[in-house]
Amino acid sequence: MADQGGCVKDVRRQGSAVVVALRGGVDLHHTPAVHKALVQACEQRPAKLVVNLEEVDYMDSSGLGTLVEVFRRVHQYNGSFALCGANHRVQSVLEITRLDRFFKVFATEQEALSA
Amino acid sequence: MTGDAPGAVISIRNVVKTFPDQQGRPVRVLDGVTLDVLAGETLIIMGGSGCGKSTLLNCLIGELVPDEGRILYRTRDCDEPRDITGLDETGMNELRKRFGILFQSGALFNSMTVAENVALPLAEHSYVDPAIIDIVVTMKLQQVRMLPHRDKMPAQLSGGQKKRAGLARATALDPEILFYDEPSAGLDPVTSAAIDELIMDLSRKLHVTSVVITHEMDSAFRIADRMVMLDRGRVLRIGPRSDFERLRDADPADLSSPDDRLIHQFLTGETTGPLTDADGLSEYEKQIIAG
Repeated sequence: MADQGGCVKDVRRQGSAVVVALRGGVDLHHTPAVHKALVQACEQRPAKLVVNLEEVDYMDSSGLGTLVEVFRRVHQYNGSFALCGANHRVQSVLEITRLDRFFKVFATEQEALSA
Repeated sequence: MTGDAPGAVISIRNVVKTFPDQQGRPVRVLDGVTLDVLAGETLIIMGGSGCGKSTLLNCLIGELVPDEGRILYRTRDCDEPRDITGLDETGMNELRKRFGILFQSGALFNSMTVAENVALPLAEHSYVDPAIIDIVVTMKLQQVRMLPHRDKMPAQLSGGQKKRAGLARATALDPEILFYDEPSAGLDPVTSAAIDELIMDLSRKLHVTSVVITHEMDSAFRIADRMVMLDRGRVLRIGPRSDFERLRDADPADLSSPDDRLIHQFLTGETTGPLTDADGLSEYEKQIIAG
């Protein structure tokens, strides 16, 4: 899908995977739209759901909570969930919340897709 | 200095606040306070009882309006600095979303569980899905090591647990600035050190700016980047922690400035010095001599 506006840059199917690319600041104001896009992607039940964070400047706790909620959905249907391209700032919030222990985090989208 | 300094999240300029004394005479509790709070730093505000630090905190969080002066906030959501002394209630409420406050008691709502207390700011200020709010609450309680207590009522918590729950609530909206009012007061040394660790963690990893009002010098020296000493409503000294460590460790006989001797006494808690003996006479001696 082309540019979705807001924090959702685009949603793409890549073989059996779906990639949702986000951008900007994923915070309280943008979380509802991000959640909606990710839930719609989940409903396709892709074997792998990759959230591309390359263009995300920062993510607050509501953004992280959204990722966890979607991670649970993917886990429920035995799919695989991965993140890629997190900058230093987003990586820090993943570490301080210890979510880096649960999520598979890759440097690039290609690595996430081929893992 | 009249403008807002680069890198300052809060610029306080010539703030004056006056209250009437028991005879109705005006007393300047804040007497021209000027200082900057820099982005990402932990700034300790200290001073003896009645020095004006609580009044300053109340001015910073918009609970009191200064009689004179300006308090400029430069937050990420706004390009131009905002002077809170001229903000209406709507503007102030918008700004309050950018900062969190840890009150001395934790200030939890007694009729709600710990989890409901932490969820409250998110539920009030956003349209986020309840399932996501619940996940955020779990993350916030984990950060302060209160997850096992999420369904307890505040009355079932110890003082330290209330404070940690209060900190989880204060950070619920990921504030840029956190104000702490005596975070270590009444806590045992281990719990106090754990709260200090949390403050440092938030500062180091999330670049939260922290303003801490405290009397606890061990804690202050553990967490401070810079320190401010207030005395009689004025800034007596502001500087990096190392400046205050030097004054703390100095022999008072080597300190030529009365201000330095006063700060030394405050930091060390010595019973003799300018704080207790302003004219070379104790209050007891003065009253005896004056009859």
